[in-house]
Amino acid sequence: MLNRPLAAWLAAGWAAALLLPWYMLDDGLFSFVWLTEGYAGDRDYAPALFQVLWHERYWLAPLGLFLALPLLAVGRPDNGRGTGMLLVAAGAGGLFWLLLQGFGIDHRGVSLALLEPLVPEGGRQYGMGWGASLVALAFLFFITQGLAAHGLARGDVFVAGSIGLVVALVAAFIFFPVLTILSSALRDNQGALAPFLFLDKLFDGRIWGTACLTGGGRCGSAWNSLILAVLTGLSTTLLGLAFALVVTRTGFRAKRMLRTLTVLPIITPPFVIGLAIILLFGRSGAVTQFVADLLGLDAGRWVYGLPGILFAQTLAFTPIAFLVLIGVVEGVSPSMEEAAQTLRADAWTTFTTVSLPLMRPGLANAFLLGFIESLADFGNPLVLGGSYDVLATDIFFAIVGAQYDQGRAAVLAIVLLSFTLMAFWAQQRWLGRRSYATVSGKGDSGLPLQLPPALRRLCYVVVIPWAALTAVIYLMILFGGFVEFWGRDHTLTLRHYIHAFSVVEGEHGLVWSGAAWNSFWTTLQIAAISAVPTAALGLLTAWLLVRQSFGFKRAFEFGTMLSFAIPGTIIGVSYILAFNVPPLELTGTGIILVISFVFRNMPVGVRAGIATMSQLDRSLDEASLTLRANSFTTVRKVILPLLRPAILAALVYSFVRAMTAISAVVFLVSANYEMATTYILGRVENGDYGLAIAYCSVLILVMLAAIGLMQWVVGHRRLGRRAPSVASAAEQTS
Amino acid sequence: MSGPASVRFEDVTKRFGEVVAVDSISFEVEPGNLVTLLGPSGCGKTTTLRMIAGLELASAGRIVIGGRDVTALPVTARDVAMVFQSYALFPHMTVAENVAYGLTVSRVPKAEVRARAERALELVGLAGYGARLPSELSGGQQQRVAVARAVVLEPDVLLFDEPLSNLDAKLRRRVREEIRELQQKLGITTVYVTHDQEEALAVSDRIIVMNQAVIAQEGTPRQLYEEPASRFVADFIGDANLVEARIRAVENGHAQVEAGGLGLQLPARGSAAGPALLAIRPRSIRLHPEPREHAVRVRVDKATYLGGHMEYEVEAPLGPLFVVDLAVDRPLPAGSDAWMTLAPRGVTLVPA
Ligand SMILES: Nc1ncnc2c1ncn2[C@@H]1O[C@H](COP(=O)(O)OP(=O)(O)O)[C@@H](O)[C@H]1O
Ligand SMILES: [Mg+2]
Repeated sequence: MLNRPLAAWLAAGWAAALLLPWYMLDDGLFSFVWLTEGYAGDRDYAPALFQVLWHERYWLAPLGLFLALPLLAVGRPDNGRGTGMLLVAAGAGGLFWLLLQGFGIDHRGVSLALLEPLVPEGGRQYGMGWGASLVALAFLFFITQGLAAHGLARGDVFVAGSIGLVVALVAAFIFFPVLTILSSALRDNQGALAPFLFLDKLFDGRIWGTACLTGGGRCGSAWNSLILAVLTGLSTTLLGLAFALVVTRTGFRAKRMLRTLTVLPIITPPFVIGLAIILLFGRSGAVTQFVADLLGLDAGRWVYGLPGILFAQTLAFTPIAFLVLIGVVEGVSPSMEEAAQTLRADAWTTFTTVSLPLMRPGLANAFLLGFIESLADFGNPLVLGGSYDVLATDIFFAIVGAQYDQGRAAVLAIVLLSFTLMAFWAQQRWLGRRSYATVSGKGDSGLPLQLPPALRRLCYVVVIPWAALTAVIYLMILFGGFVEFWGRDHTLTLRHYIHAFSVVEGEHGLVWSGAAWNSFWTTLQIAAISAVPTAALGLLTAWLLVRQSFGFKRAFEFGTMLSFAIPGTIIGVSYILAFNVPPLELTGTGIILVISFVFRNMPVGVRAGIATMSQLDRSLDEASLTLRANSFTTVRKVILPLLRPAILAALVYSFVRAMTAISAVVFLVSANYEMATTYILGRVENGDYGLAIAYCSVLILVMLAAIGLMQWVVGHRRLGRRAPSVASAAEQTS
Repeated sequence: MSGPASVRFEDVTKRFGEVVAVDSISFEVEPGNLVTLLGPSGCGKTTTLRMIAGLELASAGRIVIGGRDVTALPVTARDVAMVFQSYALFPHMTVAENVAYGLTVSRVPKAEVRARAERALELVGLAGYGARLPSELSGGQQQRVAVARAVVLEPDVLLFDEPLSNLDAKLRRRVREEIRELQQKLGITTVYVTHDQEEALAVSDRIIVMNQAVIAQEGTPRQLYEEPASRFVADFIGDANLVEARIRAVENGHAQVEAGGLGLQLPARGSAAGPALLAIRPRSIRLHPEPREHAVRVRVDKATYLGGHMEYEVEAPLGPLFVVDLAVDRPLPAGSDAWMTLAPRGVTLVPA
């Protein structure tokens, strides 16, 4: 007997091989021209069977064998180990052959000698399409079904399949592209192996030069990036800690206002902070002019370079550290602090010996986030960098600049990646195995410790001016879109908004004539499309991490965590290197943007899922399982309804993050798919700041509306659910 | 539903990495019986129960339910139902939806689902509560919903993991009687986990005492109390004074025992002549204010009046003893001398 999921996947595999176009279509995934334009008779549109029969693509034939193998299991016992072996063999064999022929034969012909006998003169093929992808999925599920029969995930086919899916996707869209960078760094731009060229590029003076130390000349971009990242990490962590302490451990009155700061980084498009800083502190900036007049100095370009970037990044990323540290500071159990105080420690000693050490993982996390964000940041160095080169912008210019040097981009990416991984590794080392969990889940009453007075004053002195500055910057952004030319001509105008977002009455109704509409709609569409798989994949991963146990869970966890640490710049470069040739030929499509968003933003879903799911008692799942529901039904009927707020949050945040993404996107956009951020980048490069700022303001409003709507819905749902407690004391004994 | 089923463990082991939670245990639960897994915290009771449910898979050994080898079957494929310690009621479903859940996901026709769910709620005395949310019920009511949700499926085996631990002391006694009544009415094979020996004695047909991942002893409540197989069981089930004794001779399964000046004849229970261990229940010790034949003299160290009975700590030639005496009318003052005899029941040799 074949169980139902297996039968379904087998049928899907066969249907894909017999009916669906095997290769990627030029007309897009959702075009159906292949049905009418030749279908099986067309070399480009035919399903696998007809590719073999009519179009001489014989190398696809062995796949049929592997698809047929599971049929032998019909009539065998369901959970038999023999059946398991058979399925693993069919799936692994099929997947292996699929990859072998996919990499061995591409649009230029056959490159693998082994396959030559199967390929007639001039045989070529394109990237995988609907048919090939579905067949690959079917093979994947054969493997997981087979492994489940051997006890993977306690024999649960849904869990085993989910693990397989997440592993395969992370491998295909994170690890494969990153490995492609490594291999392309070792080649010259014609594709031949050139290890010496690699070493040459790796030890290039532009990367590692130290001229700035000895006086005269610039330092290499690697040193610049590293110094900047460490400084940004430190400054954002310290500021974030100050904010978190003020909000949680003092009687400060405007706490709610401070808390709203935490949404800022989520809704801030790239460049805006950099632009606002130029508008305030640039050569013709308001503050610079004012101070110059006051002191009779020459207005300088002091803000360009390290100070400016550091300033902008600290403004941009402090709220991230704040968000992380609020959770951590709140998580320090008051009873620990009370215990310390009953043991004769005064407030200051308690803070330094108990509270602060318990916050260690949060501090490390906040630093790591600031460090990585700074390394990957592309917008601020671009507008404020001056002659201070950093890796992220260097990579960009290596790809899009006049020099077009793919190998150099890859080498720079490797340097950047190794910095990130080193930080990641150091963080893991520093935290070690010690447990910092202090929230027990049991009612934990007790009052959080108030800050010692000296520390409290220090926090106020830091936090209040910084919050004010942040507020000024954001007001500036809104204001900047309404003036002719900031710094020179402050006449109020709607010119920029009209240019970008005008709508005129045409012959056939409204015409979206503004210059920004095209990229605006594309952005909304792609962000919305990618939100769904992002949330789904993120929550599925969270569910596997929190609720399931399987042999290689630690490795699985580490792999998914590691992929979160990879900067967007790397994802961007690696995607164009990995996905512009078969078997996965995606560059220039909208899909590659969607995929990059999904894998860049998955951590949001994972984090939301883990946080909520850890609060759901595990015995709820188990109760459902003992009541005959399989794990798929359990997820659908028990977990998902209880996770609804987390799902909504994951959807909205991934939508919003996709709207502001730039570091990976900038490499992946194409003429058909221009995104808002890349359009803004173009305006910034042209010095058209007014338009850029106007566009950013609109994006900010759209994102604020999305988040506000979500919070309203989530809040409403909770209120509606909170039924009055009927359990009275009388019933307690019945 | 295939009628009450038996549950058989054959050398079942469960390891969590290095930890051996259950170490090669074997036992059998007769169809329709209620068997309790009893033991101190951490001895492996919950793990054993979860292996019956299929929530954990055994690392080694065989598990057979109703004649079917289920060792490798996942939880969904086993016909068992479980009442969780935390009840695990789905908070987003009403009481009726909770009870109907197992039937709904098994695709039982709607009308039948409703009828059976109603009947199950009636059975536990909660008819009319179907429209409420679990959060609108008291602890005891939630517990009964959890039971209804499990029995509505008419499972082969019903499992309880410390079902009373979230209830207050008074309610506990009542709910345990309700559970026992319901189990006997439905005749479902039931495995019940608890660390409370009184609870176990009250509800069980048979008790399996576990200690440190292995079975210490298995038997009826009476066997465990009267014939403990080890020092651990004697101490864990009821209180016992464990004293050193000496077996003079063994004849026809009867041992001549000497302990601190007292001579006794007891079932030998496999012991041979030589040093031995004697378990004496506190109620089996009689204290008399006056000397009498075959009595040994003891000294009362401490006397506590507890309303229904007296508790004494006495210093005897056998060592310090703990005594429960129902004669509250003529208490023996602390510091006085008394004479002690042993009742025929409640004294037993404990195999080494
Ligand atoms: N999932 C698990 N991982 C590791 N060790 C476990 C796990 N579950 C139980 N144990 C260990 O197995 C032993 C028995 O646990 P358990 O069956 O819960 O005991 P009991 O229910 O008798 O108190 C304990 O030492 C416990 O720490
Ligand atoms: Mg337990």
